[in-house]
Amino acid sequence: MKNKLLLLFIISIFTIIFIIFYKGLKNTNVYTPDIKINKEVPSFTSELFYSNEVVKSKEIFDLDKFYLLNIWSSWCAPCRQEHSLLMDLMETKKIKIIGVNYKDTKKNAESFLSELGNPFYQIIFDKEGVTAIEWGAYGVPESFLIYDRKILKKYIGPLDEQSIKEIKFLIK
Amino acid sequence: MKILKLFLIIFFIFSFNHLNANNEEMKIKITKNLRCLVCQGQSVYDSDSEFANSLKVLVDKKLEKGFSETQIYDYFKDKYGEWILYDPELNKNTYLLWLLPILIFLIGGAIIFKSFIFKK
Amino acid sequence: MLFSIIGHYSLILGLLISLTLIFFSINNFKNSKSFDTKILSFTFLQFILVVVSFLCLILSFIFSDFSNETVFNNSHTTKPLFYKISGTWGNHEGSLLLWLLVLTLFIFLFLIKTKNQPIKYKILTLVFQQVIIIGFFVFLIKTSNPFNYLYPIPEEGLGLNPILQDPALAIHPPILYLGYVGSSIIFSSALAATSLNMISKKWASHIKKWVLISWVFLTLGILLGSIWAYYELGWGGFWFWDPVENVSLMPWLALTTLLHCVLVLEKKLVLTSWVIILSISTFTLSMCGTFLVRSGILNSVHTFANDPERGLFILIFLFSLIFISLFIFFFFHKPNQSNLNNFFWLSKETSIIINNWFMMYFLSVVLVGTVYPIFLDVLTSEKISVGPPFYHKLIIPFLIPFLLIMAIGPKLKWIKSNLEDKVYLISLLFISFLLSFLIVKNFNSNFLINTILISSALYLFFVTLRDFFIMKKNNISQNIAHFGFSLLILSILFNSLFSTEIITNLKVGETFETSTTKIIFKNINQKKEKNYKSVVGNFSIQNSNGKIDNLSPELRIYNQPNIVTSEADIKTTLLSDKFLVINLVQNQDYFNVRYQVKPFMLWIWLSVLLISLGALISLFKKEYEK
Repeated sequence: MKNKLLLLFIISIFTIIFIIFYKGLKNTNVYTPDIKINKEVPSFTSELFYSNEVVKSKEIFDLDKFYLLNIWSSWCAPCRQEHSLLMDLMETKKIKIIGVNYKDTKKNAESFLSELGNPFYQIIFDKEGVTAIEWGAYGVPESFLIYDRKILKKYIGPLDEQSIKEIKFLIK
Repeated sequence: MKILKLFLIIFFIFSFNHLNANNEEMKIKITKNLRCLVCQGQSVYDSDSEFANSLKVLVDKKLEKGFSETQIYDYFKDKYGEWILYDPELNKNTYLLWLLPILIFLIGGAIIFKSFIFKK
Repeated sequence: MLFSIIGHYSLILGLLISLTLIFFSINNFKNSKSFDTKILSFTFLQFILVVVSFLCLILSFIFSDFSNETVFNNSHTTKPLFYKISGTWGNHEGSLLLWLLVLTLFIFLFLIKTKNQPIKYKILTLVFQQVIIIGFFVFLIKTSNPFNYLYPIPEEGLGLNPILQDPALAIHPPILYLGYVGSSIIFSSALAATSLNMISKKWASHIKKWVLISWVFLTLGILLGSIWAYYELGWGGFWFWDPVENVSLMPWLALTTLLHCVLVLEKKLVLTSWVIILSISTFTLSMCGTFLVRSGILNSVHTFANDPERGLFILIFLFSLIFISLFIFFFFHKPNQSNLNNFFWLSKETSIIINNWFMMYFLSVVLVGTVYPIFLDVLTSEKISVGPPFYHKLIIPFLIPFLLIMAIGPKLKWIKSNLEDKVYLISLLFISFLLSFLIVKNFNSNFLINTILISSALYLFFVTLRDFFIMKKNNISQNIAHFGFSLLILSILFNSLFSTEIITNLKVGETFETSTTKIIFKNINQKKEKNYKSVVGNFSIQNSNGKIDNLSPELRIYNQPNIVTSEADIKTTLLSDKFLVINLVQNQDYFNVRYQVKPFMLWIWLSVLLISLGALISLFKKEYEK
């Protein structure tokens, strides 16, 4: 009797393990951080691209306005891809695009912008990639939609038509 | 009281110096405990990705600013979630993780005692 | 093309032979007066068919036959011949074929080497092994066929991941699999012996050989993997507690425990149920490891091509094996109640039981740490990482009593022994403590735990060393293995305590100086090989006593696939390794330079070899005595 109970117990444990592994198979094993919505914009200080001024994040983002923060770099191929979409978005004038120039040289970044146009209202020069970390980013490109100093949405990887449409819808 | 205060100040200065001297060591320790999000099997220390390199720089900066080890971990946890820490904290999600092996050890011990000693 | 066809049909034929073998076995089992020789020849034939299939795959790789999907995915014409061959088992399909090869090899060897055992036992072992073999045949043919066609035939292959193009990693899988898969024979024979209720001292000494063989290969396989990780993967680390490493450590821990238990069972009829459980769990853990790694359920540095269908197949197969084993264990095994009476407290056996107790604890730490994130994710969708600090925190404190028991355990009769011996042992403990105190004195971090840890390792070191000189030859294998283990722990401890490291950014021609070391980045030159281009940095490193070392780490840019790897340059001496590696920094004209001095690195490898030597001696000693 005692033996049978033990057997039953062990079998049920293994069955549970089986089910968990079975379910686990369907989950992806690649981790992407949770997107925390309505989180306050991180507070940081960083250098501006053109003026070399050191600014606080509060000075960049006004309350009650829409911003798109875009992390980009001249050496990143997908950034080149999404650039025209950013230009397009900038022309709507409803949103200010803030660029974070990630681990770049000024020379390369400047020629990138003169070639493809400059959609950015302001550019933060993030030579060491530290500002990007403040934003919880881990690669280029990444974009954040911001309203009222709160993050509404986060886009990992290059923006596409779909996401631009979404942004336009949200800022209306 | 004054002596105590003085003592405390000296102690803090001393411990601060001590901290500074070991910044490099502390940086290694911290970066070994952070998991890289780009090459997800490696620690930030072992990884060589752009992300990991920036993280190393940031850890350095935080240490210079006098952040403590736990403060730095909390900072990264806030940015990237608990996943980034290789050393899971003891909380409701991880009680079982930390305690299960110990429990197994105790049960094993109990079985050994029961069958080999009390049988006598 | 031709090879693919031959290889594919050999596999199908091999599967058919499995079914035939089971049929023969059932007949022979019913009428078991004599062993049916057909069984032996068919087992041999099956082995040959798998060999043929394996050779076909190797030949496809050698001739770069890109009509074969596996070759296309993992090879390239410019790859050196050696890596074309090793590429055969450097991928999922090929490595499973290697599993199958080892499975069939072991059962064949088992049948011809097992002489003084009942026929029914041999037949039943064969049946259980064939069940496993069938599982793998079906798995291979259905989900991971190494002989899939590609049409149109591609011009060029995709190439082998550069970090796998390495001599240590070329021989690592075959050796590791001999250990991993070798444990299948222990599994099958334990189930057979349980079904026939013939777990006995005689069975123990018969199975001990197989345990030792698997154990030696598994140990060496892990060693090779670790050496590879040391110079190829990281920054001088040799064990990362990565899931793939844990997965090889788990069967190793179970097998080590089993080895010690079998030694007891050989002398006294105790712990029978425990030996069965361990025999079953060793192979189950190997399979579980395969599941965890191949299904992609965990992420690790070493990734195989993941496919959920494969994961599901192994999962179902694994749990079928577990349930079959549970069934046999609960319904056929009759525990021998009387056997506890001849057990003595404070005997060698007690110390082995305590060893088992600790080993099971270590195993549970590794197991829980590896699979816990999966469970948490499924149950609560929370994602956490379990890394080195977790394992260190849970394992290191328990290592101290473990080492002490290892030192005095083998001589637990010492309470009865003469006074002189006791004084000796106690004074050795004292000396170890003093010595470790002096060693750790200058370290402020974790002073207490380091002192105690080093003193217990030193204690084991001294005790085993002393035994080595005074003991009669009767237990030299155990002595060497335990000595090796103490050396291993000591080397790891010293290595982690006394490693020093300099990280800096340097341009060509620059010099970096600290109070003890001067690093001069002399120049760089370029090199072009068949399958990669490389940038070699030439450094000269001067330490405080004026000794100069020249080190030349490399950055390799492989052409197929296009991946940059950095090759460390390591200067190994008896006492320490000098490790230098450079890396490119995005958009900068300097290199990231890391220089490490890692003491006793060589001794970590040597001590593992020493432990294996102990097992080998034990294996051959017994052969000789027969």
